[in-house]
Amino acid sequence: MRTPQRLSAAVLVAVAAAAALAGCSSASSSATAAVAHAPAKPTSNLIPVFPTTVAAPNGSVTIKRQPNRIVSLDPTATEDLYAIGAGTQVVAVDQDSDYPPGVPVTSLSGLTPNIEAIAKYNPSLVIASQNSGGLVSGLGKLGIPVLIEPAVSTLSGAYQQIEQIGRATGHYNQSTEVVQNMTEVITDSVKQAGSKYRGMTYYWELSNDPYYSATSATFIGHVLDMFGLKNIADAASKPADGGYPELSQEYIVTAKPQLIFLADNQPADGGQTPAIVAKRPGWAGIPAVADHDIFGLNDDIASRWGPRLPSLVNEIASALAGVKS
Amino acid sequence: MRRLGAFGLAAAFLAAAMLISAFVGAADLNPLATATALLDKIPFVSLPSSMSPLDRAVLFQIRLPRVVLGALVGALLALAGAGYQGVFRNPLVDSGMLGASAGAGLGATLAIVDLSGAGPGVVPVAAFVGSLSGVAVAYLTGTVASRQTVLGDGVATLLLAGIAVGSFLTAVQTFLLQRSQPDIQAVYSWLLGSLSAATWQQVTSILPYAAVSSVVILLHGRHLDVLAVGDEEARALGLRPAVVRTIVIAACALAAASAVAVSGLIGFVGIVVPHVARRLAGPSYTSVLPLSLLIGAGFLVLADTLARTVLSPAELPIGVVTALIGAPAFVWVLRGTRPVGT
Repeated sequence: MRTPQRLSAAVLVAVAAAAALAGCSSASSSATAAVAHAPAKPTSNLIPVFPTTVAAPNGSVTIKRQPNRIVSLDPTATEDLYAIGAGTQVVAVDQDSDYPPGVPVTSLSGLTPNIEAIAKYNPSLVIASQNSGGLVSGLGKLGIPVLIEPAVSTLSGAYQQIEQIGRATGHYNQSTEVVQNMTEVITDSVKQAGSKYRGMTYYWELSNDPYYSATSATFIGHVLDMFGLKNIADAASKPADGGYPELSQEYIVTAKPQLIFLADNQPADGGQTPAIVAKRPGWAGIPAVADHDIFGLNDDIASRWGPRLPSLVNEIASALAGVKS
Repeated sequence: MRRLGAFGLAAAFLAAAMLISAFVGAADLNPLATATALLDKIPFVSLPSSMSPLDRAVLFQIRLPRVVLGALVGALLALAGAGYQGVFRNPLVDSGMLGASAGAGLGATLAIVDLSGAGPGVVPVAAFVGSLSGVAVAYLTGTVASRQTVLGDGVATLLLAGIAVGSFLTAVQTFLLQRSQPDIQAVYSWLLGSLSAATWQQVTSILPYAAVSSVVILLHGRHLDVLAVGDEEARALGLRPAVVRTIVIAACALAAASAVAVSGLIGFVGIVVPHVARRLAGPSYTSVLPLSLLIGAGFLVLADTLARTVLSPAELPIGVVTALIGAPAFVWVLRGTRPVGT
């Protein structure tokens, strides 16, 4: 009887120690953790700025009082809200929001929103990334203001969204601080990487069956542009693909990319690793494969345009640091 | 004589399609170098090739497996479609019937949404199992139901059961997909069909199933001809319709499932190609079945060649191409076709 208990106690201690270690290392290794968890100033310190009108992508939205019951239907918006210190005002987030840990996840969907289910939370502000299912007009009838903050294609677009959400929630000052912090960290990372990668070609893999990529016209493409890298998917893109062309293997191999970034390397998104890529038939002759310059990235961050962007830029910068050029 | 001509034509079509396909692609390989590299592979022929190792890898590791896999998938889909049309005495049936496509779709969606941690090899297996299970469920419910209906003809009940099972499985699949937003693109890519990740390993993994199912279906051409006159008459001629039906359905299900496992859902091949075969050599299944195999292989190779060249270097989903070319071609074929099925 006793041994199992002692054993489980030992396991608990070990787990706790490991967790503490992991916490320490992640906090110290990435400057971005500080960004994501920017200390929230109490809301009472703020000068009342309401009612306020925000020029959102879905038209100008008037918010009468500081919203204290916010529903977020988009993972990026959720991250934005918590980063600028509006987390305490959030009452519900959609099923795909998973960061920061502990957000009030519900079964709400941002893709197929159910107006009644949202209204049940009695929200004073709803933020979503797309106006599907008559979201804006439906909630409008109930007098609930809705901000639509769609996917952006540039860094400045991402910054604008954070500041807009700041204005709408009464955290404008904090939002500008967050943006400034992000800008600084990103600029630092890019500066540290230097100019020695300028002109190197890269292939950004979103999925592998079939092979989807992102061009430099996309958000992620803009991020890699800062390092002076050249995207092999650009020549293959057609207007209709929205910057996300499907590439044939023949094209990828003969384009001879010098770097390969895998945004499909997490188990849930395809589980592709540098070792698997190197074993793909016919790929051995690609310079990136021959020189082992294949990098797996945290695709959760790579597909969002929120406050964790600096850690993505950091990830790319440290990947590049190991490249022989 | 007409039969022989038809076989010659179909074989020439397949050979031409594969040859064209081997020479075009996003990589712009030198045609002369490609030709020498290909000829060099023929036993007892030795030709020096000027190809770089990278180009050689593109040709032999990426392009050729895709051509061969396309031929294999097209042959299986068309053969399964022809077999089903014979079993059900119905010209509107195709290889995705009886819950085969819906089952494969559900299997693949389940694998992509819930089993993605188990690695990329899971999706084909799940699609294969899903396809076979779909047919099994549809067949069992259909057989049970046909004992109690007044429809009389067990074949109609079986088809209706297939439609019901298919709708049900598709509904479950859509439900799963709607609940998993991040996987939508992966699932849709799969549903539209693609050969873009073709490898020799895929070819060899479906080859045994393809061989067994094809041989079984091809051996039943005569039986399907007898079935076409009706169950009563077939019985009078010494055939056991239920047994033949079960064997051919099982073989068709296996053929379609192996194709679907490596290519996703590719529509229209299974329904169109048998009609082209009939138009070439008449309604006897002894010629419709082998002709469907040849024409289906050639048709899919051509469709895939278009899929990877029209927007080159980007790609089109192959399901779009087969329907885009298949539908008008089908209408053109129907224009002059005599009543089918007898």
